[in-house]
Amino acid sequence: MDGADVRRAIGRMAHEVLEKLGGTGRLVLIGVQRRGVDLADMIGEAISAAEGKQVPTGTLDITFYRDDLMALGPRPLVGETKLPPGGVDDRAVVLVDDVLYTGRTARAALNELMDWGRPARIVLCVLVDRGDRELPIQPDIVGREFPVLANQRIDVLVPRLDGELAVVLGRLDRR
Amino acid sequence: MSLTATPLGKDLTGLEPLSADQIRVILDTAEPFKEITARRVKKVPMLRGKTIVNLFFEASTRTRISFEFAEKRLSADTVNIGAVGSSVSKGETLVDTARNLEAMSIDMVVIRHWSAGAAAFLAARIPSNVINAGDGAHEHPTQGLLDILTLRDHFGALEGLRVCIVGDVLHSRVARSNIYGLVKLGAEVGVCGPRTLLPAAIEELGVTVFGHVEEAIEWADALNVLRLQLERMQDGFVPSLREYNRVFGITRQRLERAPGRLLILHPGPMNRGVEIDSDVADGPHSVILQQVTNGVAIRMSVLYLLAGGAPHLAGAASSP
Repeated sequence: MDGADVRRAIGRMAHEVLEKLGGTGRLVLIGVQRRGVDLADMIGEAISAAEGKQVPTGTLDITFYRDDLMALGPRPLVGETKLPPGGVDDRAVVLVDDVLYTGRTARAALNELMDWGRPARIVLCVLVDRGDRELPIQPDIVGREFPVLANQRIDVLVPRLDGELAVVLGRLDRR
Repeated sequence: MSLTATPLGKDLTGLEPLSADQIRVILDTAEPFKEITARRVKKVPMLRGKTIVNLFFEASTRTRISFEFAEKRLSADTVNIGAVGSSVSKGETLVDTARNLEAMSIDMVVIRHWSAGAAAFLAARIPSNVINAGDGAHEHPTQGLLDILTLRDHFGALEGLRVCIVGDVLHSRVARSNIYGLVKLGAEVGVCGPRTLLPAAIEELGVTVFGHVEEAIEWADALNVLRLQLERMQDGFVPSLREYNRVFGITRQRLERAPGRLLILHPGPMNRGVEIDSDVADGPHSVILQQVTNGVAIRMSVLYLLAGGAPHLAGAASSP
């Protein structure tokens, strides 16, 4: 997907969020570090363009909730976790991430959100669903499904970190 | 990233063996932990299932409680052992105590001991991670780190920052950890106190010595005021507490003569009216309580960085 494709997908996802949650009433967007944060901001901009209202956004780093710390070792760089203004209690939380794969990141993010408070509802929104889940977790809103092989990788590139907006396949050298 | 090595290795015995980069990793990793303490649920599941023993052979309130908060906020299980009321008072050796604990499958030991080198001694003999919470007059690395974090919070960069450590440097493990850490990170460090309370050849650690507290105040951006360790004062290091306060005490009058605004740190517990006056300790220059808050974040950072690896010390169980 090139930048225009991604932008079109984001626009549609923003409308799906509004349709699913019935407007911006109790809506908050939370991006999963790192690239989910940029996507959440883009969805937020698309929503405010369509509805004329700002949506509160937050960020979430799931490092402290990972289940593989002992296997992989600590990761020294932990991103910022920032609750949206007003918290998540009784809010409809849209959890935004770049790629949904095993479901383990989403599991960790759900646990962390529960520790923040009691959202009225959580919706999982991802730009790319690459399949091969290891946990019973499914997205509610998907930009594009890309079933790829286990030895391939799929990366979402965002302007802030990568200098361009795109979804690319098979770059094994990154990260 | 490597699969086994942690950024710090197995133990934290002091700041002297660490590189500047390793110290920066600890400071940077402490940042996100500050935010956890502000949450409603002040707990993350990172160290779930890990057992940590806090082995305190010397009295401690702040450090022990701070470690315990840090451990509990990372979901570790903790056990506290003091010298009084344990088999230590029956004459058990340090290594025997630790091996008995290990036989009950522990993962980490936080140790405070009156003897310099106790943490390193233990670290070389047991496979668990060992964290030094103060060993004699040697080092108190997490205190040094939280002081440095507090300085970085206020000044941004540490390069070229002038920090003067005032008071009983001779008996102070806090002073040594501060000196090692700050010098590695490019700060200029001074020490000031009565000559009887400054170690001989302290200049060799790369510090400037001030004989008068007024000179130190004029020179420094921040003062780290040490506690006059009254329990170690049997040997007449200072003529009297009143005289110490008159000559070396940090008072409002002295600070008002400083060219700029000084930041005042104190590792606690304070002797108000001796090394520091109450209106300074509670005044606008003081970041003493912020140090305490940062202490929990620093200890969470150290626990996290040490816990991730798979420490295996060859032959640890069989060596003497």
